[in-house]
Amino acid sequence: MKIAVCIKRTPDSESRFRIAASSTAIDEAGLKFDIDDFASYAVEVALQLNEKQGPGETVAIAVGPDSVQETLRKAMSMGADRAVQLKTDAVPVDGLAVAKALAAELSAGGFDLVLFGKHAFDTAAGVVGTATAELMGIPCVTAATKLDIANGRGTARREIEGAAEIVEFALPAAVTIDEGIARPRYPSLKGIMAAKKKPLETKPAQLGPVRVRVKSMALPPERPAGRIIGEGAAAVPELVRLLQTEAKVL
Amino acid sequence: MAQVLVFAETRGTSPRKAGLEAVTAARQLADATGGGEVHAFVAGPPGVGGVAEVLGQHGADVVVIVEHAGMATSNREVVAATLAARAKVGSYRAVLLPFSAQGREVGPQVAAKLDAPIVSDATEIKAAGDTLVVTHPAYANKVIATLEVTAPLAVVSLRPSAIAAAASPRTARTETMAPAIDPSAAKVAVKEVIEGGRGKLDLGEAPVIVAGGRGLKAAENFRLLEDLAAAFGNAAVGATRAVTDDGWRPHSDQIGQTGRQVSPQLYVAAGISGAIQHLAGMRTSRTIVAINKDKEAPIFKVADYGIVGDVLEIVPALTAAVRDAKARH
Repeated sequence: MKIAVCIKRTPDSESRFRIAASSTAIDEAGLKFDIDDFASYAVEVALQLNEKQGPGETVAIAVGPDSVQETLRKAMSMGADRAVQLKTDAVPVDGLAVAKALAAELSAGGFDLVLFGKHAFDTAAGVVGTATAELMGIPCVTAATKLDIANGRGTARREIEGAAEIVEFALPAAVTIDEGIARPRYPSLKGIMAAKKKPLETKPAQLGPVRVRVKSMALPPERPAGRIIGEGAAAVPELVRLLQTEAKVL
Repeated sequence: MAQVLVFAETRGTSPRKAGLEAVTAARQLADATGGGEVHAFVAGPPGVGGVAEVLGQHGADVVVIVEHAGMATSNREVVAATLAARAKVGSYRAVLLPFSAQGREVGPQVAAKLDAPIVSDATEIKAAGDTLVVTHPAYANKVIATLEVTAPLAVVSLRPSAIAAAASPRTARTETMAPAIDPSAAKVAVKEVIEGGRGKLDLGEAPVIVAGGRGLKAAENFRLLEDLAAAFGNAAVGATRAVTDDGWRPHSDQIGQTGRQVSPQLYVAAGISGAIQHLAGMRTSRTIVAINKDKEAPIFKVADYGIVGDVLEIVPALTAAVRDAKARH
């Protein structure tokens, strides 16, 4: 199968964040960036499908400045065959604009399957995958926790509130990948060496108008320091009293 | 005057809490921009139009009802196509919807169909002239982003529980509309719905969440949390990633950076140390209670009320006390 995986570069989610002097972005100094976790699951799913189903091609695609080249190399070191950078000065927070750039690139690509992470850690908006599929006019399943492909059709499982759905669709299709579907492989030394020689093409991103912008960013207010009201079951009556009279939640 | 179109999400023929919250948010946005009408959109199996009255109670002036026997299970493509068709015929400033499992699919589809910009997971919306100013917690709630959307029509999805559903009663006019596409022609077909704990409250909607971590020591001890949740009567049970990774609880119960992000009225963390990834999923809860044997555990830094000690001893005592308090009401 010919599979495209759309990936994003995001900072390590365990970082302590500071706001940049511009107050419209985080301060990137000292942060470690890598392929987003959900995107790495999508790469793994693509690689496993092509390994299982015989000859195929896995293409990693990212929108962004030249720093995404490192992320695309990471996907190729995991096993993707080639990569495409859709170049912009910065990745806009306008998910529909990003989707337009991806759809413009993917529509002519002849892909059987287009994979995305469920969302990326930074904005967690979950717009790009679903909007790209809609712009391409292909079926889209969001947040799949299981994906099987056979005879040109796909079956996926997705979790909804309090239940799960089993859905079916025809290829070509787009699927956004949730956690738990596959453990992403670590690139081998051989993979890292090979990735340096794999083709990485750079093209301008056709974003169209960008209509969502960051006005400001701030750190959330600290929660007021809590208090320990006591030890052991003896403290329970006091807790219940506070829940009733102070927090008024009981 | 700006009219606002809102997807009032239902399941079966019942309104969902997140849908009512979206109607309230639409009412507030319309009132803040000159008091235009709120048009609530419902789509589902025959009978779903019965929610019109409760939507009117929450501020809908018009309820647009789409009923079709083929929509017994949620059909996002039909909802998105029909909602977008409705958005085109009105003079709407915004289309609002919940950032739920269904809304996550419907929102971007509607935005793409309308070529309208979309902002997801909003906790607040304000209008300033031609611009909507939307608050969106980013980087797993560690950063609060304020976004500006400049377009005549924008799509905004709302974080469940961020805006409380509120009464703004009126008698809504109803209109009916046919599905824009035949439900049987949807590109993605729902073959099966596997109910996980029918009748249980969802983590995104429960006013109270009782969550457990490794401190509970064994999967079977989650029964103590089920008992506590039952005593509250309006509670759901969640878990940390460590616990879901170990298979003590289903993956869908995980609260944290990579799981569900919740903001209940009351969050009880039992045997949870408070790793930063877990805090990212629950720190916006209104009141936090922590029960942990280690008084240095980071969970106590975010907890309004803490008790140090053995969860296996304290949780049953709390269950009894809550049951008692509820009985006296």
